Order: sequence, then C-alpha cells, then structure tokens
Amino acid sequence: MSSVLLALVIFPFAVAVVSYLVPLGIAKVLAPLSGAASFVLALVLVPAVVLHSHVVDGSELRVDALSVVFLIATAFLYLTTSIFSAGYLDLAPNVAGLKYGRRFYAGLNLFCWAMIVTPLLSNMALVWAAVEVTTVVSALLVAIDDTDSSTEAAWKYVLIASMGLGIALLATILLYYAGSSVFGSGFQLSYVKLLSDAHHLPADVMRLTFVLAVLGYGTKMGLVPVHTWLPDAHSEAPTPVSALLSGALLALCFYVILRFYQITSLAIGSSYPRDVFLGFGIASLLLAALYLLRQRDMKRMFAYSSVEHMGIVAIGMSFGVVLAFVGVLLHVLAHAAAKGTAFFGTGSVVRKFGTKDMAVIRGGVSALPLSGSMLVAAVFALSAMPPFGLFRSEFLIVSGGLSDPGYGVAAVLVVLVTLAFFGLSWSTTQTMLTTGPADVVGPSDLAASTGTAAAETAAEVRAAEEVGAEVGDAEEVGAKVGGGHAGDGEATRRPVDRGEVSPWIVLSMVLGIAALLLLGVHLPADLSRLLNDAARELRSPR
Amino acid sequence: MSHVPSTTTGAEDVIAVLVLLSEFAMLRAPLLRSQVRLYAFQSLAMSVLAVIVAATTHTPAVYAVAGMSFVLKVVIVPAIMMRLLRDVDVNLVGSSKFGVASSSLIALGVAVFGFFAIGSLHVRHSLMSSSTTLAISSAAVLVAFVLIVLRSDVVSQAVGFFSLENGVSVASLAIAAGLPLVVAALFLFDLLVAVVAFGIIARVHHGHARTPFTDKLDRLKG
Repeated sequence: MSSVLLALVIFPFAVAVVSYLVPLGIAKVLAPLSGAASFVLALVLVPAVVLHSHVVDGSELRVDALSVVFLIATAFLYLTTSIFSAGYLDLAPNVAGLKYGRRFYAGLNLFCWAMIVTPLLSNMALVWAAVEVTTVVSALLVAIDDTDSSTEAAWKYVLIASMGLGIALLATILLYYAGSSVFGSGFQLSYVKLLSDAHHLPADVMRLTFVLAVLGYGTKMGLVPVHTWLPDAHSEAPTPVSALLSGALLALCFYVILRFYQITSLAIGSSYPRDVFLGFGIASLLLAALYLLRQRDMKRMFAYSSVEHMGIVAIGMSFGVVLAFVGVLLHVLAHAAAKGTAFFGTGSVVRKFGTKDMAVIRGGVSALPLSGSMLVAAVFALSAMPPFGLFRSEFLIVSGGLSDPGYGVAAVLVVLVTLAFFGLSWSTTQTMLTTGPADVVGPSDLAASTGTAAAETAAEVRAAEEVGAEVGDAEEVGAKVGGGHAGDGEATRRPVDRGEVSPWIVLSMVLGIAALLLLGVHLPADLSRLLNDAARELRSPR
Repeated sequence: MSHVPSTTTGAEDVIAVLVLLSEFAMLRAPLLRSQVRLYAFQSLAMSVLAVIVAATTHTPAVYAVAGMSFVLKVVIVPAIMMRLLRDVDVNLVGSSKFGVASSSLIALGVAVFGFFAIGSLHVRHSLMSSSTTLAISSAAVLVAFVLIVLRSDVVSQAVGFFSLENGVSVASLAIAAGLPLVVAALFLFDLLVAVVAFGIIARVHHGHARTPFTDKLDRLKG
C-alpha cells in the first residue's frame, strides 16, 4: 500500500510539470486523468484503512481513517475541477492560449498535488511546509487573470495567509518543544509519536500551541475574525480555483487543526480545545449568516457560505461526541461536493449572463436548464435540505449537540444555519427560478451594440469575459473604453439565449450532484465505517 | 538561589533584543531601502545566533542552518527586494494612519504584551538557553504584525512578513534547536518560494496601479 501513497505524491506533481511543457490540448486531458487517478487511489486506501483495521504506514507518508476522509474530498474536487476547467478554457480559445493555459494547468495540478500530499504526511513540520506551498501556488492562481481586482485579492490573500502561517509555524515549533521535553532533542515531529505519549506533554505549552494553531491555520480555514482574505480571493479567482479553495483548501487546514486537537486533547483533556472551537465556530457562523443576507455577488455569496460551513464544523467539534464528529467528517465530504458544484454552476451563469451580480440576472434556469437546475440543487444542498449529504451531516452534528445536557449551543447552531439558509436560498431563487424569458440588466449601449463606441465596449467586455476576468473586470474594461462606468448608459434588459455553455461544465456538476445524493441517500458501508473510525480517532477524554 | 545567566545565554538574549530593535527601526525608517537593509542586518543577527546555538549545543546541523540563512536572508532576499525597488522607482515608505511616535508606542505596547504573556510560561530549551529569548522573539513577531498592518506599501509589508519569519526563527533556535536539518532547510526553501510569490504579485500590482502603495486596494468590500 505504500506504493499507493507514493503514486499519490508523484503522479499529480509529474502532471504539473508535464502540463507546462506539452500543448494545451494534452494538458486539458492530463488534468482530468490525474484527478481520476488520484480519486481512485484515494478510494483504494479505504478498505486498507477500514476493513483490515490498520493504517498504511510508509516512512514519512502515513494515512489513517482521518486523513483518508480529507484525501477523498480533495481528490474528488481535483477530478471534477479539472473536468470543469476543460470547459472553462474551451470558452475562451483565443485567450486561453498557450501561455495562460500552461500557467493555469501547471498551477492547478501543483495546487492539487500540495493539497493531496498534506494529509499523507505524518511530520507536522512537513505538513506546515505543504500548506505553505498551497498558499504560494494558489495566490499566484488567484492573480493569474491579471486584473486590478484579482491582483488586489491575491495581495491580500498572500499577505494575510502568510501571516497566519507564520503563527502556525510558531505553533509547530512549540509543538516540537513540547515533544522534545518528552522524547528528547532531535526527534521526528510525527503526530503518531506525539499521540503515543501525549499525556506527558507540558500542559501550558500545549494550550498555547493549540490556540496558535487554530489562529494560524484558522486564517486559511476562514475562521472569523481571521477570514478577511477569503471573500476577495474566492470571488476574484478563476472559478476552478475558487472551487478548490473553498471545497478543498479550507477543509485541509481544518484537517491540520484536527491533528493539533488530537494531540492537545490527549495532553490536557478536550474541554479547553472544544471551548476554542466553540468561540471561533459561533463567530464564523454568525458573521457569515449575516453577510449572506446582503450579498449580490454570486461568488462572494458562496465564499461566505464557506465561512458558514467552517463555522458549523468547528461548532460540531466543540460538542465533543463521536456522533457529532461523524457529522463533521461527513460534512467535509459533502461540502466539497456541494461547493464545487455551486462554483461550477456560478461559472456557467457568469459565462452565460456576463455578470455575477445576482441583482441583474433573471431566469437563470430558463437560460441554463441543466447547469442552472443543478446550481439551485447545490444551493439547496448547501442549505442542508434533504436528500443531500449536508442534510445528513448537519442532522448528525445537531444530534450530537443535543446529547449535551445544555442544548444551548445546538439551538444557536440551528438558528444561525436557518438564517444562512434564508440568505442563500432567497438570493439564488430570485436569480435562477424567476419565470419568463432569461435576461440580464445592462446599459443600453451594451445591449444595443450600436455605434462605434458601444461596439468597442461590448467587444472589450466579451474579451474581458473570455480571459476569465468575468464581471468586475468586464465592467472595468467597459468603463475604460466607454469613458465612464459601464452602467452609465440607460439600463435595459438584455435577452439571453437558452442553452448550456459547455458539456464539460454540465458533466462536472452531474458528478457533484451524484456525490451529494450518494452521501445523503445511501452512504456506502465502507465510507460509513471510515467516518466512524475517523471519528473514534478524534475521541478523547472529555 | 537565582539562576545566573551564562555568557552564551546573555549573547542569545542580546541578539534577540537586536532582532526586536531592528523591527522598531524598520517601523520608523522613512526609506524603503533602509527597511531592506535593516532586514538584512536582522537576518545577519539571526545567523550569528544560529552559530552560537550550534556551538553551545554541539549541533552541527545548526551550522548548516546558519549558513543557509545567511545566504538566503542576508544576500538573496535583500537583493531581490532591492531589484524590486529599482523597478518601482519609489523611495519613501507608504504613509500610515499613525505617525512614527504613535506607531512606535503601539508596537511597544504590543511587544510588552508578547514579552510578558510568553515569558510567563517559562519555556526554555535547556539551562544553556534562557526563557527570555522566546519571550523577546514573540515580541518581535507581534511587532512585525504591527509593521505589516500600519505600513501601506508592498515592500514594507513584504519586509514585515520576512522579519516575522526571522522572529519565528529566533524562537525556533531558542527552544527547538534540535529540529532536524531537513525540516529547517524546508522552512528556508518555503521562505524563498514565498519571496518569489510576493515579488511576482507585487510586480503585477505595480504594473496595474503604477504605484507600490496598497492603501488604494479597497475595491473589494463586503
């Protein structure tokens, strides 16, 4: 089985390198193949970890039930995102030329490689390094469209995330210090070793270590108040990158925090780390729920939805019972599928309507019968509606919370999730499910495309859309060419024709919805055992 | 009987203080070039500290860390930053909402908090190292945050992040000198990669905005 781990380390990296060297057409094929191979290899690990009741152990590479859960989530998004990317770049053949395409695919594969490697590593210092690699690569991917907005988002992201990782590095060093007081100087900073004798780790140092780890990795996980980079980066990144950031990267940072949680709760009991989770979780869920009520930007709305879901899993961890832990881990899987699907649908809508402003889009499902419908389904899934996986996971989390005599936190969780549900579903149904012909509000000069200036503006807008700049930048270009803001002209409703923008986008969304249904309706037995085993790994003295 | 610090412990503390003071100097430096030079000086102090730790703990691997730190942080990173400065053709640092005196006072308050908060844990690696070193390095990390938050240009913010990393490195030398060489080397490699990322995005920002200042990065809200 060590060969499987090795293949997971080598294959995506090799594809990243090759993608930069080969023609774009080959890179487009290689990425889904690499995603599919990674996903299959991740699934192959499930029986090895669960059915044979043992962990797969290499030298520095190691997986147990917990890491396999996160590996599956990441590999699944790698597969679906690379399928989506084929359609995403197909829509802009001129701009997604060799240079852009090479950078995009090399970055995408490298980003996925770093995320796949992270849960395979047992050394916490190497884990930190891998997470740092994800930051650097994804920051460059956020900036790849080379617009004002994407540059602003990338700068904020790289700066804030790096500061967070600076704190996480301090936490890692303190963890080493705590371990060296038990195992002596020069020991390998493996969480397995630390867990083996965690009871003897110094309590004060472990308290500080855990808080710093949550603060540091929580910055990348999107926990309030250190989440401020997230809405900008998610909304301005190319859509495939947004999906990976939201569905995989946030969860992966949560995984690292869970490793710290395991060690800390064995060292000092779980009460203190659970309180820390509760504080960050409530703050994240509350703020995200409030922001969801007032969002007009579709991608930004899903970014805040990610903050909301990270708040939910943090609160789930604060309940401290196995039932809630199972829910949390199922939530990670279902959120990856749902958020990926939601972003893919958003990409389709943006391509079709030329904007991500939900206030001006009407009749989304009429214009996009398949991807529009699946986007609505993904939003309902994110709102924890049955029969999707997130309903089941949130049900388990709340059930776990209700097993606590206090009930209070579970009640708060339900109230805030309901608030977020209203925000998400109201905006989306107004945009996607309105009856009548599909149209979008735009300035009359753009709609009519009459006259030289107007024609140039429209052409520039199309060009901006083609490079993946999407709405904010389309407006920017319009403003530059038209000599003012694109909205300066009289607003009219511009009709939008019916039809899907790309079969690849539809396929990626079908996979996402299928996964959500599978997780919600019929959880496979092996997967169920995997989640239970992983949850038991997290259990510790209360 | 109170513990009398050895010469080595005293030297460690002095260097940690130098690292902290260089951050205060960065905070008041009016020129971008001065900030980069102060970062190089700070990194040099950090490398010297690594040599002292290597000698006192008889850990040859830490000599290698000292050498790599010197090459990377004293030579390569400042050279990259200086090149970026030549390209942007701006000398003065970005103005902050606070003056030099107010910024220094804020940094002082934050440093005192960090010093006493971490110092109260009495974390020490061995009798040869002092718990004060970790406290001072924690104060340096917090002052680096102040620098990043209060300055509004890409160079100062990047230097702030790199000096934050220096503060963490001092903490690492104080309490985790035995950290395996490969891991320490990986940290440095990550720093190099981060420098490249900062450099690329800073250039892209300058290409768009024609300025290194970041106070106009306020399009994205809500």
